[in-house]
Amino acid sequence: MSYLHNIGAYFLMIKNVFRKPTKWSVMKPLILKDIDDLIIGSLGIVAFIAFFVGGVVAIQTSLNISNPLIPKYLVGFATRQSIILEFAPTFISIIMAGKVGSFITSSIGTMRVTEQIDALEVMGINAINYLVFPKFVALTLYPFVISIAMFLGILGGLAACVYGGYGTLENYIEGVQNDFIPFHMVYAFIKTMVFAFILATIPSFYGYFMKGGALEVGKASTTSFVWTSVVIILLNFLLTSLLLG
Amino acid sequence: MIEVKDLHKSFGDAHILKGISTSFEKGKTNLIIGQSGSGKTVFLKCLLGLFEYEEGSISYDGKVFSKLSTDEKTELRSKIGMVFQGSALFDSMTIAENVMFPLRMFTKQSKSEMEDRVDFVLKRVNLDDAHHKMPSEASGGMQKRVAIARAIVNKPKYLFCDEPNSGLDPKTAIVIDNLIQEITDEYQITTVINSHDMNSVMEIGEKIVFLKDGLKAWEGSKETIFRTDNEVVTDFVYSSELFKKVRKMYIEENQ
Repeated sequence: MSYLHNIGAYFLMIKNVFRKPTKWSVMKPLILKDIDDLIIGSLGIVAFIAFFVGGVVAIQTSLNISNPLIPKYLVGFATRQSIILEFAPTFISIIMAGKVGSFITSSIGTMRVTEQIDALEVMGINAINYLVFPKFVALTLYPFVISIAMFLGILGGLAACVYGGYGTLENYIEGVQNDFIPFHMVYAFIKTMVFAFILATIPSFYGYFMKGGALEVGKASTTSFVWTSVVIILLNFLLTSLLLG
Repeated sequence: MIEVKDLHKSFGDAHILKGISTSFEKGKTNLIIGQSGSGKTVFLKCLLGLFEYEEGSISYDGKVFSKLSTDEKTELRSKIGMVFQGSALFDSMTIAENVMFPLRMFTKQSKSEMEDRVDFVLKRVNLDDAHHKMPSEASGGMQKRVAIARAIVNKPKYLFCDEPNSGLDPKTAIVIDNLIQEITDEYQITTVINSHDMNSVMEIGEKIVFLKDGLKAWEGSKETIFRTDNEVVTDFVYSSELFKKVRKMYIEENQ
């Protein structure tokens, strides 16, 4: 029953995100701050992980090709496909559920514990719109993060392949360009936008509706990470079945 | 003036407020007192509209809160100032930004007008050099004064304070009490304070409502509380030897 209650409360929260909007002059700096915290602040870790995981994918692919009939450009091809279709949109989103999601849950949860949300409500402000809408808008820039992850992942593969002696630059680039299907990019960015919405709203839900003190803020952050990841994985399966199946 | 009639509030099977009726007058400091668990905070949160109640009514200057439209509730809430127990300052904003927040939300004033008003209220609470500090850099007493400044900046008609003295040293507590009373008198606002600080009761309790087990057990003023024979009240208010002596002296002096 509590799951059903939470699902209902989550959708009611979504409705309230777009109701009774906060004044634009107040909202604008909140959006800019959230862009800085959630998007710009994540670029470093995303770039680092994407570059090295791209490298690992290239090395693993190269090491597992022993058949001389398989073309050498397959390393570049497999790296591109893995990075664009799954690693960048899905696994970066799970990493972001840990980084950004925990930040959102703990910052909103702390506001709940310290009565800052009560203070907003007493003033007659739609606290859900005030707190969640800027995060939602900030995360519409999430595809920008994923684009960088895609580029750096493929670049990391190239660096590992060429400088590690697993293949030539020409073969890798040929593989990256070979049999490119533009719809795969559309598919990846549709997933990215859906995951951005999940990243903005599920952690906000767990922060906003948490009860208790400092310990519960930590617990809410963990629960939020778990459920954000679960929903991302399930939606990944669903969207892949619908769009590519 | 705020009027409360037969207010009932439950959480599941726990019946917290069991039919409270009282009124809080304009221009007076009204205190709600009682032991921990007596229902004071729930009562205050019902008054503020943070909790929905099952039965009864709360009216602000004749307007029943539950019958107001969403826009009317927003309009009314913009006239409410609230000082929370933990101050509830927005920790991502400076002290000046905290105080300016209600003006930015509810008025169309220019930036310079808002800055002038913030300067005025911060001066009023004796914090004229704290504009750029973050709440985390301020002491407990300073945070309470900032919370009061934020609560009064938009010239509220109603001021609510939840345990404004908790965690403060006696001297600072008296400063806060006096400040609240001066502001109430100066701006003729209806002030409701939730407290179990007996010093506050004796100093500023122009009207006192005593709650016990979710019911109003007594109401009166700081003058009448010295003379009451109500055992429930005297057991709570004069539980310390010091207050017993103060009461005795007051009665002897006023005989």
